[in-house]
Amino acid sequence: MFTVSPAPHAKGPLSTKRLMRDVIIALIPAFLVSLYMFGLSALFITLVSIASCVFFEWTIQKFVMKIPPAISDSSAILTGLLLAFNLPSNLPVWMVIMGSLVAIGVGKMSFGGLGNNIFNPALAGRVFLLISCPAAMTTWPKPLMTRDMWPWQIVDGVSGASADAFTGATPLVWMKMGNVSELNAMDMLVGKMGGSLGEISAVALLIGFAYLLVRQVITWHIPISILATVAVFTGILHVADPAHYASPVFHLLAGGLMLGAIFMATDYVTSPMHPKGMLVYGAGIGVITVVIRCFGSYPEGMSFAILIMNAVTPLINRYMKPKRFGAVAKAK
Amino acid sequence: MGGVHPPDNKLSIGAKLEFVQPDGISIIPLSQHIGAPATPTVAVGDKVKAGQLIAQSAGFVSANIHSGVSGTVTAIDSVVCDASGIKKPGISIQVEGDDWDESVDRSTTINRSITASGGDIVKKIQAMGIVGMGGATFPTHVKLTIPEGKKAEVLIINAVECEPYLTADHRLMLEKGDEILVGVEALKRAIGVKQAYIGIENNKKDAIAHLTSLSQNFEGITVVPLKVKYPQGGEKQLIKAIINKEVPSMGLPIETGAVVQNVATAFAVYEAVQKNKPLVERVVTVTGKKLSSTKNFIARIGTPVNKLIDLTGGVPENTGKIVLGGPMMGKATATVNVPVTKGTSGVLLFDESESHRRPEHTCIRCAKCVEVCPMGLEPYLLTRQAKNSLWDALEENKIQDCIECGCCLYTCPANVPLLDWIRFGKAEVMKRMRARNGK
Repeated sequence: MFTVSPAPHAKGPLSTKRLMRDVIIALIPAFLVSLYMFGLSALFITLVSIASCVFFEWTIQKFVMKIPPAISDSSAILTGLLLAFNLPSNLPVWMVIMGSLVAIGVGKMSFGGLGNNIFNPALAGRVFLLISCPAAMTTWPKPLMTRDMWPWQIVDGVSGASADAFTGATPLVWMKMGNVSELNAMDMLVGKMGGSLGEISAVALLIGFAYLLVRQVITWHIPISILATVAVFTGILHVADPAHYASPVFHLLAGGLMLGAIFMATDYVTSPMHPKGMLVYGAGIGVITVVIRCFGSYPEGMSFAILIMNAVTPLINRYMKPKRFGAVAKAK
Repeated sequence: MGGVHPPDNKLSIGAKLEFVQPDGISIIPLSQHIGAPATPTVAVGDKVKAGQLIAQSAGFVSANIHSGVSGTVTAIDSVVCDASGIKKPGISIQVEGDDWDESVDRSTTINRSITASGGDIVKKIQAMGIVGMGGATFPTHVKLTIPEGKKAEVLIINAVECEPYLTADHRLMLEKGDEILVGVEALKRAIGVKQAYIGIENNKKDAIAHLTSLSQNFEGITVVPLKVKYPQGGEKQLIKAIINKEVPSMGLPIETGAVVQNVATAFAVYEAVQKNKPLVERVVTVTGKKLSSTKNFIARIGTPVNKLIDLTGGVPENTGKIVLGGPMMGKATATVNVPVTKGTSGVLLFDESESHRRPEHTCIRCAKCVEVCPMGLEPYLLTRQAKNSLWDALEENKIQDCIECGCCLYTCPANVPLLDWIRFGKAEVMKRMRARNGK
């Protein structure tokens, strides 16, 4: 007997597993930089985050949703990895676990699991922590100084009080305090600056971006529209008032912009479904980020910008359609 | 826009055209074209010759059917004669020798001078039962009859053969180039145009070079090399690629001024108009990775597919699926005991390991289906709406424009059966549109 099924009978090389694996591979360069700059604590936070995301996903699927757990699609691993990348490496462990619970439980599973969530789960977890534990979430270890320390040795996990010798501000905080001159672009490019553990090295993140493009995991539309919008917007501000506003180069390299543009905003589930919509979405993220950075009270606005545009995504999908073939008034 | 790049697997490209001598029983289905099935003009016990009319077209959108063999009609009844496995009317003929109807010119000399007028050419094409040989089998004379108020400006010959594996058209171009070009001339005259373009994908350099050099002897025939991409040979995609005009949604190709014909059809037109030979044989590629040899046969209509496979060395062990046509749009058949018809461009044998769809996972909204859709549709959305019976929304989102090329399903990393749902939605929407227009 021969198998009978409708066409097509050929199948392309893509699979969900391969896409997730490729994103994880693309994150490796940034992770290596993080290990170099922050050492043991970065490794530890990442492992805890991944383990708790996988654990919560499995538990919720098994006991709450009562469906066969689908851990093998690697999506929970990726969420855990991305959440860790958005956290300072000295964060108390219980906070990492809390963040994972919110990311998976609230951000992903409460909407029905993979493919149904409106907000980027990792960012939901991060923003929950940022609002709930602002002190711990905005105290970053200084690069290279904490390499052989565990997270709890850097910061007292209970009181959240920082040991000043080891922690410092990020470039964006310096900027907020009106002090940009202490930073040099080369340090920021390679990642020798304070920040969340995966966001510091623009070079490493761009290598990941190139890999994602080559493997056709994502298209250029979202990252490039975000970066271009930020560059143009901050460029105008900088030209108008250089004393007050930092240069576009600074803005592109500082904070979570690269990580956000390349890895967070491009999350499949929560971003628009066609190129035109992606450009609008990216531009929206760029504008909101700059507004928060330059005029808001938070030093960094990338996470908020992405979450806000996540909420707009269904509208973009609904009202902006791809260019249809033959979309002209039918000749009579 | 859109499109995919499946590995082209043109295994049989080196295999020269090979005649298949008819024998045994030949089954000739009465419906080998889009439109009404033909009406038999012979009875059981009649002696027929190859090339003789055995079934009369039953309306304008229908086609005559001629016998591919000489022998005795043994039955006219319902038999399994296509991939559907459903019994349909067909004429069975016991093959006896190989006598041809005297009117058919079987010499191989190339007859270049076309004496018939445009109208006569269309009539001849209709009489000789010619249909679109790219797979759709739409009666050719219907396409050549330009609707009132429209004007044909250009003829486009579809020699793209963008389906992986298939090499039937490619071989035909290499070996019957002159005949094809005379056929193109006849088609030009039939619709009254001065210019014809032959679109060939860039991966067929030898065919492009061959036809380009032959076309120097003709006026107004230009070979256009095209980007390699599936579905470059979709009618709408081809018109867009060659004259940069889009067939309007729900409209006909003629609204762009173009008439598109397949290259094998052009060859059949040459034989019909210049040699008085009806459409009774065609090139069939028989291919597969595990076959001991791959072939390009010239097979009579009615030749059993299993006979062709036997000539390549038989069905290999662990064959899991047999497809009539190409891997992207062909039909899987449950039995090889079916005849070659006017639309059979290939027989493709898949190993068991390539025969099954992969398990479906959750849609992760990766947007790959939107990226590859050559019609600018949103397959993920159409799928969701079809699942939820949202017929109005489906119509609004242009589900009727889907050409069923299969790019979405080919690409989908989660193996969602997008095209299955879209076909289902399309059928429902079509039903509703008909009901509405009927009022």
